[in-house]
Amino acid sequence: MLRRLITKRTFVTSLQETILPKKYGGRYTVTLLPGDGVGKEITDSVISIFKAENIPIDWETVEISGLDNKENVKLAVESLKRNKIGLKGIWHTPADQVGHGSLNVALRKQLDIYANVAIFKSMEGVKTKIPDVDLVVIRENTEGEYSGLEHESVEGVVESLKISTKEKSARIARFAFDFAQKNGRHSVCAVHKANIMKLGDGLFRNTVTEIGAKEYPDIKTSSIIVDNASMQAVAKPHQFDVMVTPSMYGTILGNIGAALIGGPGLVAGANFSREYAVFEPGSRHVGLDIKGQNIANPTGMILSATLMLEHLGLKESANRISNAVKQVIAEGKHTTKDIGGKSTTTEFTDAIINKLANTPL
Amino acid sequence: MLRNTFLKNSVISTRRFLATSVKKQPSIGRFTGKPDPLTGKYTVSFIEGDGIGPEISQSVKDIFAAANVPITWEFCDVSPIFVNGLTTIPDPAVQSINKNLVALKGPLATPIGKGHRSLNLTLRKTFNLFANVRPAKSIKGFKTTYENVDLVLIRENTEGEYSGIEHVVAPGVVQSIKLITRDASERVIRYAFEYAKAIGRPRVVVVHKSTIQRLADGLFVNVAKELSEQYPDIKLETELIDNTVLKCVMQPDAYSDAVAVCPNLYGDILSDLNSGLSAGSLGLTPSANIGNEVSIFEAVHGSAPDIAGQNKANPTALLLSSVMMLEHMGLNEHASKIHNAVLNTIASSPENRTGDLGGTATTSSFTEAVIKNL
Repeated sequence: MLRRLITKRTFVTSLQETILPKKYGGRYTVTLLPGDGVGKEITDSVISIFKAENIPIDWETVEISGLDNKENVKLAVESLKRNKIGLKGIWHTPADQVGHGSLNVALRKQLDIYANVAIFKSMEGVKTKIPDVDLVVIRENTEGEYSGLEHESVEGVVESLKISTKEKSARIARFAFDFAQKNGRHSVCAVHKANIMKLGDGLFRNTVTEIGAKEYPDIKTSSIIVDNASMQAVAKPHQFDVMVTPSMYGTILGNIGAALIGGPGLVAGANFSREYAVFEPGSRHVGLDIKGQNIANPTGMILSATLMLEHLGLKESANRISNAVKQVIAEGKHTTKDIGGKSTTTEFTDAIINKLANTPL
Repeated sequence: MLRNTFLKNSVISTRRFLATSVKKQPSIGRFTGKPDPLTGKYTVSFIEGDGIGPEISQSVKDIFAAANVPITWEFCDVSPIFVNGLTTIPDPAVQSINKNLVALKGPLATPIGKGHRSLNLTLRKTFNLFANVRPAKSIKGFKTTYENVDLVLIRENTEGEYSGIEHVVAPGVVQSIKLITRDASERVIRYAFEYAKAIGRPRVVVVHKSTIQRLADGLFVNVAKELSEQYPDIKLETELIDNTVLKCVMQPDAYSDAVAVCPNLYGDILSDLNSGLSAGSLGLTPSANIGNEVSIFEAVHGSAPDIAGQNKANPTALLLSSVMMLEHMGLNEHASKIHNAVLNTIASSPENRTGDLGGTATTSSFTEAVIKNL
């Protein structure tokens, strides 16, 4: 997928083209944020593969944890500001009210990383209930339910604000339509709950459908209520192509998508702002429970890294690696436990490296 | 509520068995209505609804008559009227439901994007129906993509994202308020515990997103933790909605021993997701809206105006809702009789299934088949 990804910068539309990541001495520097849980293991897998393939990338690793002081997210922000491009695992957010909120959200907000793309495509060799799933969820990352604006008016009464703006709805809508156009996809469906949140979700839905009708006549535009979308997605996912959503509904549809193709370890993803691109698995699960056991499936992270290579214009390397990953999974001899195999993360990684070594350039 | 011991044990002789296995009802929201002393019959308000509503309601009426259910229907018109710009239900309907304490409801059409509040929401608010109960169970003999689905979800029905508080702060900037209160959270979570106890499930799973909505969903989770101390026999688990969705789709049977409970919007989405898993549509999904006094049982699917009046609609969801209603009223024998007849009819052959299930039956031929199976 993602032909001509180098032109992805134009996702930004209407705003001035920004500079691509800089190349010094023929090499790129990429910020590496391993994250918590299995993050280290699956990014190690990417590092080994890139090394074996002589990919001209130097890593600038920033090791912080979701459990750390929230201020540490600055280190990640500064590194990304320098390099403009990053590969990221997921930071853990404790589900309690002490301490700080999600570092993932903090990073996205500070760099205005507004668009999240997750790609759900069935892979040969992975057993699933429904074959040939191929859908993309594009999710607004900076407002909606994730605004973080909450207060307890009186004891026992909490108000949580969901913010919807015309500007950000239009921005994500254009991103989704551009994505569809550049990737040979035919339809964009806005997911909403405008029958209940008539103003907020109404604004989102109307903005997407108006922009679709006016500016992208060659792409089919539709809209669907989120509860119906969820039901349809598990029963008949083939009707969907690109779905564009406010933040919360994206989480839900993204997890449905991950389940449909065989698990969260298989999902490739990327995040974009006007200037920065951060590639991370499309299904945001930390995997604390399987941390350090060398059993995590690095596929989603590796495929996200290949999207990054395409973004840098290294298309051939991207294709080589993603093909090798797909072949190893299709052969089924060296796959991880989550998709029915018996191999460790490192055995799977080695199998990919072997496959690459035996594939002529 | 639809967990069915009767199916498995249908061989065992009927009367004694039925008498000993009376379905337990949660201690909250119990039906307190009494039958008419002269006729021995209960009066139930019936909102037939729009679109296919009248057809599927006819099916329920025919089957209830054939099964000699001691119920008299009182028909209600809930066509909305507007009082000071607010969607309001006509007074006679409100009086009928308040008197009978129980109602059965077909689908109502809600216009999207129009200014007024949905009629479903208005009904929930008018009668303070705080808990929505949505069982989703695979039907034996009717094969779907996902197997062994047996999910029970309880949704907070009165606040959350459905508070209806929204405003345009500046042009192009909208604030929608999600309202979570301790009182409403406690009420629905307590109901979930009681429900789990009544149907014998050992786990209550609270679904939330308190990593992001730390105060709002945090309050919901905290209330659950506090209440769980009063239910030492039931295990409380809290789960991020991300994980629930993922696990539900990958492995639905992981929740067969649980009752899930969540704030309004998550409940709305998850309950439809569950129906997608158990049946592939809303056409087989019953639901109950429980209040302290009044309870309304409804089919959750839409009014399907495209096939209205064509004798094509599937009445199963409304029938299964009516079965939940009979159980709620303590009419367990009639409930299980109708329940079994409906399930056996669907399982019997494609000729006895309506078009939405890939069959060739009409609404009326399906109804006749159910009556034969009674």
